[in-house]
Amino acid sequence: MLGTALLIAATALSLAVGAERIPLGDVWSALFSPSGSRHDNIVRELRLPRTLIGIAAGAALGLAGGVMQVLTRNPLADPGLLGVNAGASAAVVTAIAVFGITSFTGYLWFALVGAAVAAVLVNALGGTRSATPVRLALAGTAVNAALFGYVNGLQLWDLSTLDSMRYWTVGTLEKRDPGLLLDTLPLLVAGALLAFALARPLGAIALGEDQARALGASVRRTRVLSVVAITLLCGSATAVCGPISFVGLMIPHAVRAFTGPEPRWMLPYCALYAPALMLVSDVIGRVVVPPSEIQVDIVTSFLGGLLFIHLVRQRKVAKL
Amino acid sequence: MSLVQDTSRRNGAWRAQPRHGRVRAGRYSLRFDPRAVLVCAVLIVLTAAVVVLSVGTGTYELSPLEVLRTFTGNGPPGADFIVLDLRLPRAVVAVLVGFGSGMAGAVFQSLTRNPLGSPDIIGFSNGASAGALVAIIFLDAGTAQTASGALLGGFATAVAVYLLAWRRGVHGYRLVLVGIGASAVLGAMTSFLYVRADIGKAAQAAAWMIGSLNARGWGEAGIAGLGLIVCVPVILAHARRLTMLEMGDDTAGALGVPPERSRLVLLSAGTCLTALAVAAAGPIPFLAMAAPQLARRVTRAAGPNVLPAAWMGALLVATADLVTQRVTGSALMPVGVVMGMGGGLYLAWLLLRERRAHHL
Repeated sequence: MLGTALLIAATALSLAVGAERIPLGDVWSALFSPSGSRHDNIVRELRLPRTLIGIAAGAALGLAGGVMQVLTRNPLADPGLLGVNAGASAAVVTAIAVFGITSFTGYLWFALVGAAVAAVLVNALGGTRSATPVRLALAGTAVNAALFGYVNGLQLWDLSTLDSMRYWTVGTLEKRDPGLLLDTLPLLVAGALLAFALARPLGAIALGEDQARALGASVRRTRVLSVVAITLLCGSATAVCGPISFVGLMIPHAVRAFTGPEPRWMLPYCALYAPALMLVSDVIGRVVVPPSEIQVDIVTSFLGGLLFIHLVRQRKVAKL
Repeated sequence: MSLVQDTSRRNGAWRAQPRHGRVRAGRYSLRFDPRAVLVCAVLIVLTAAVVVLSVGTGTYELSPLEVLRTFTGNGPPGADFIVLDLRLPRAVVAVLVGFGSGMAGAVFQSLTRNPLGSPDIIGFSNGASAGALVAIIFLDAGTAQTASGALLGGFATAVAVYLLAWRRGVHGYRLVLVGIGASAVLGAMTSFLYVRADIGKAAQAAAWMIGSLNARGWGEAGIAGLGLIVCVPVILAHARRLTMLEMGDDTAGALGVPPERSRLVLLSAGTCLTALAVAAAGPIPFLAMAAPQLARRVTRAAGPNVLPAAWMGALLVATADLVTQRVTGSALMPVGVVMGMGGGLYLAWLLLRERRAHHL
């Protein structure tokens, strides 16, 4: 209930707040009885697509983060922090600079491949029994740094495409074509359904691999399918709005506080709260430096980094 | 959890019979490892060779011999200006920055007992970049002000991370993780500044942020050199304490090394080196991480290997710069790009190796 209310409030904010503040009454009439006024156009043409993309991408990243944290049994896992989003964006930049691809469908496939490679890498590093959160976080940071260098290099190499590539270094919801959402929606929905379907075996895996086998869950199949789900979710979210970090880290932590660790409860709530966080972050990005905006990734990284430090401080060293 | 434990322990076991040389002068004696000295000498020679090659590279090609002649004042006509005013400062900055970063990396890795716990990964470089960006964007800073900004930013970050990681002493892993969080927050702040800046300054900032040696003059060389003059003696004087600290605080204390105080001095000196290197050339990725690890593998010595790491860093940056200039055929491509990709591959190899050896 609370989650739904939050999401509705965040949606309303996202539609109403920006360079031009629009009263909620006007937003309502723009949505349901448009009269072609200036406010109607702003809401329908600019803010509505942006908000819908925010909701879809937020839900995808929140879910992916939840699956990742359960799968790697690591409270510090996040698709942004561990390099999956960076993998997707590096693949898109490669597509633009090296293969000269300009269509969005082309980007999408590259993003999926990039996310898959990064997700497999992370799972290989974090899937072994002895892997620790420290190791995983460090490996992710380093992978991110390497990919960042690569993307920067390509951009400088080929200045002519710099402009079209700028989007893929910092994630943003600004000026996105709503048509992209329709293209990616099937993949997003498939990823989300897969994640929900995996909730039960993932819960078993959270108890440890031996326990999971004893409970009848297939560890290998669950792992592979989880990586597929993470790839679908992160790859398509990144293809639409660029790499966005820390949503997948923050939300599962917040949600776990009241659902407990059981994925069957946690994952749906992740999908509900993450869009709210995404929209609120986007609204913050719109209001801090009017009339210009800052990208949503900057806001989520800032908030997420603070939360990350807090988590590290709370936890006993022995556990890490 | 033992990227590091393993190295110290294993090396201890290997070297039951330490081979070391000794120099005596009256009451004083200096113990040294002949292999480390040899490694340093080789690294210095290689670095010098790379510098000569790199100075000869460009639109106006010079053979190594011509470069050497120019240094002594008998070069071909016109080469003086190109070599001494344009290309040499760049090469010198490369060497100084590499030296400082390599040394800082060795200190940090030893303190955190983790090969990934280097200043570029745990946020100290990001702090310095944020400080320098504030100087560039808001204060329209020249070289000296940018350096002060980087220094301030680096130290503010170091103090914040140190305090946040403090809980009855600073544990290596907590320092690393708090540093990763701090580097995310600082990265967001850097991007924020970058987005806010007007386009001219943004371009200046962007080129700087990747780590570039392009258009570096004697001013930047002076800044990097200043850092070395101030910090290197401090670090060398404390280098032996690092070896003690690696054994754990209790052992170090029992051996007469005050753990927290030594750590503080070393952290400050390392942060200062990092900040000034960042001020001179921007944050060059992976440099501080890779140099000490490579040095350790060449010297095969236990302990932090401070000096070999520093020379290894100098060689790495000089080589990366030479490769960048040769491959792209232009002096504009930032050296950070080559270091970033090379570092990524090295890292993958490191993780794979450690995993295969079941140390992790």
